Amino acid sequence: MRTATPWSEVFDQLLVATGETLYMVVVSTLIAVLLGTPVGIWLQLTAPGGLRPRPVLHKVLGFVVDLGRSMPFLVLLVVLTSLTRLLLSSTIGPTAAIVPLSVGAIPFVGRLVQNVLSEVHVSVVEAAVTTGSSTLRIVRSVLLRESLPALVNAVGVTAIALLGYSAMAGVVGGGGLGDLAVRMGYQRFNDRFLWSTVVVLAVIATAIQLITNRVARGVDRRRTTSA
Amino acid sequence: MITVENLTKTFPGSTGQVRALDGVNLDVAAGTVLGVVGPSGAGKSTLARCVALLERPDSGSIRVDGTDLVSLDGTALRAARRQIGVVPQGDSLLRQRTAAGNVALPLEAAGVAGPQRRNRVAELLDLVGLTDKAGSYPDQLSGGQRQRIAVARALAASPSVLLADEPTSALDPDTTGSVLTVLDRARAELGVTVLVVTHDMGVVRKICDDVAVLEDGRVVEHGKVLDLVSDAASRTAASLLPAVDQNPAAEGSFDRVADIVLIGFAAVGALLPEATSRFGVELNLLGGGLTRLGETPVARFRVGLKGERADSALEWISEAGGSVRRTLAGPQGVAA
Ligand SMILES: Nc1ncnc2c1ncn2[C@@H]1O[C@H](COP(=O)(O)OP(=O)(O)OP(=O)(O)O)[C@@H](O)[C@H]1O
Ligand SMILES: [Mg+2]
Repeated sequence: MRTATPWSEVFDQLLVATGETLYMVVVSTLIAVLLGTPVGIWLQLTAPGGLRPRPVLHKVLGFVVDLGRSMPFLVLLVVLTSLTRLLLSSTIGPTAAIVPLSVGAIPFVGRLVQNVLSEVHVSVVEAAVTTGSSTLRIVRSVLLRESLPALVNAVGVTAIALLGYSAMAGVVGGGGLGDLAVRMGYQRFNDRFLWSTVVVLAVIATAIQLITNRVARGVDRRRTTSA
Repeated sequence: MITVENLTKTFPGSTGQVRALDGVNLDVAAGTVLGVVGPSGAGKSTLARCVALLERPDSGSIRVDGTDLVSLDGTALRAARRQIGVVPQGDSLLRQRTAAGNVALPLEAAGVAGPQRRNRVAELLDLVGLTDKAGSYPDQLSGGQRQRIAVARALAASPSVLLADEPTSALDPDTTGSVLTVLDRARAELGVTVLVVTHDMGVVRKICDDVAVLEDGRVVEHGKVLDLVSDAASRTAASLLPAVDQNPAAEGSFDRVADIVLIGFAAVGALLPEATSRFGVELNLLGGGLTRLGETPVARFRVGLKGERADSALEWISEAGGSVRRTLAGPQGVAA
């Protein structure tokens, strides 16, 4: 009969794993948002009724994006090994996991951003067009600014999704909480690891949600009470 | 000044091509207000959108102050758009910007910066009477106030032309008045040429100098409102003038019955009493009433006349500027 791992050791491993998870989630969210937002803007601009309608290009782009979204993450993790080696000259560790995590989330962010931008009412966009604004200016000061609160929420949704996917990073030695839960908790029947990682994951997810809600409210300039 | 020539626009529809505009010709003189009216689907919005350079017509030309705008592209198109202020159909304000921020939008696009921009925004908020709402967000404004801010924004870059598509369609009569006052001030104080699309003849009655009636993509009537009202065949006249009830029983006892349209203070006030005393006829008002077109009082009365010289009286009224349409020759049976 095995004795339970002492709490101090659980705590130490948990701390390391939490650091790895946060590192993977924060960096891959940043990269996915940076690269996925332009994809979303492009999708929206080329859509029928968009500012630069290109129906064929839009269809092709949409198809590629949806293909990327429907790809199981585990498959992506394997398929992208050579890209990871090219970029980082290593295919192991949390940094290596960031590559498939980011790439996998780009189409996800692209669709989210397009959906958010399409919510800006067409007469608002046309009003800006009639002022003689350039497309770039309309994207910046109308599309993105008007939907900023929703975009912030989309970042939160992305981060929480990546928190889930990062659990699979153990496959490439990425470590993190998910990996710890599987390795120590599930495979070795160590309940202390299993439940403590679950708690920490829940706390992180809740924190992401709370923070993005607050930031979204902060950037929302609409005021319903009279000034 | 706006000149539209032979404008044609078709859209692909489910049952073949829809001809939204079918050879439209229009003229709006500088500093006047044209009302575009017509049934739903007539092509009013399509016309406004073509002039706003939001829709490219299939053929024809649109000239604003002499320049043809139809074929412009890129930078030239954007520059041309600044010459045309547009109040789009529906809610079009940026909800994340204050009233002042919304008015500033065209100035940003035109590269007007700093104190100059702030001054111009203040001027326009003053023009639309919303200086105290500068810092309010659209969600804090009433529908009428939002529409006035949209007008202020359309005027910010000093365009020579202002287009408004149904600017009062969602408003109650009181707020409609405040928005129309603002459009009228734009014309009076800034000399802007205004094209306003509306289904509300009240808008035409209050602020339009000219009116164009669209039907199935064609202009079926176009002219000065005050000219059209004295034209018995005009449908604009029919919808602008006070109605007269048919009452054949009452009309039977007169020698002559006529509809008379009178325009202007002098005519409305004096013409009928003077005719009575000059020709010694008895004149009874059977129906109709008084209205105002812009600042001008206009009346349409159905009158019954009794007396030897009833025909002469009607003729005199007609020569003095009244527009007379006889409806009944009377027992004397004398055709004029
Ligand atoms: N983008 C479009 N695609 C296809 N058909 C269109 C489009 N825009 C307008 N149409 C068609 O063109 C015709 C004229 O439409 P338009 O919107 O100009 O009418 P309207 O006079 O403004 O009507 P309403 O008073 O209802 O606003 C209609 O038959 C309409 O269905
Ligand atoms: Mg319309």
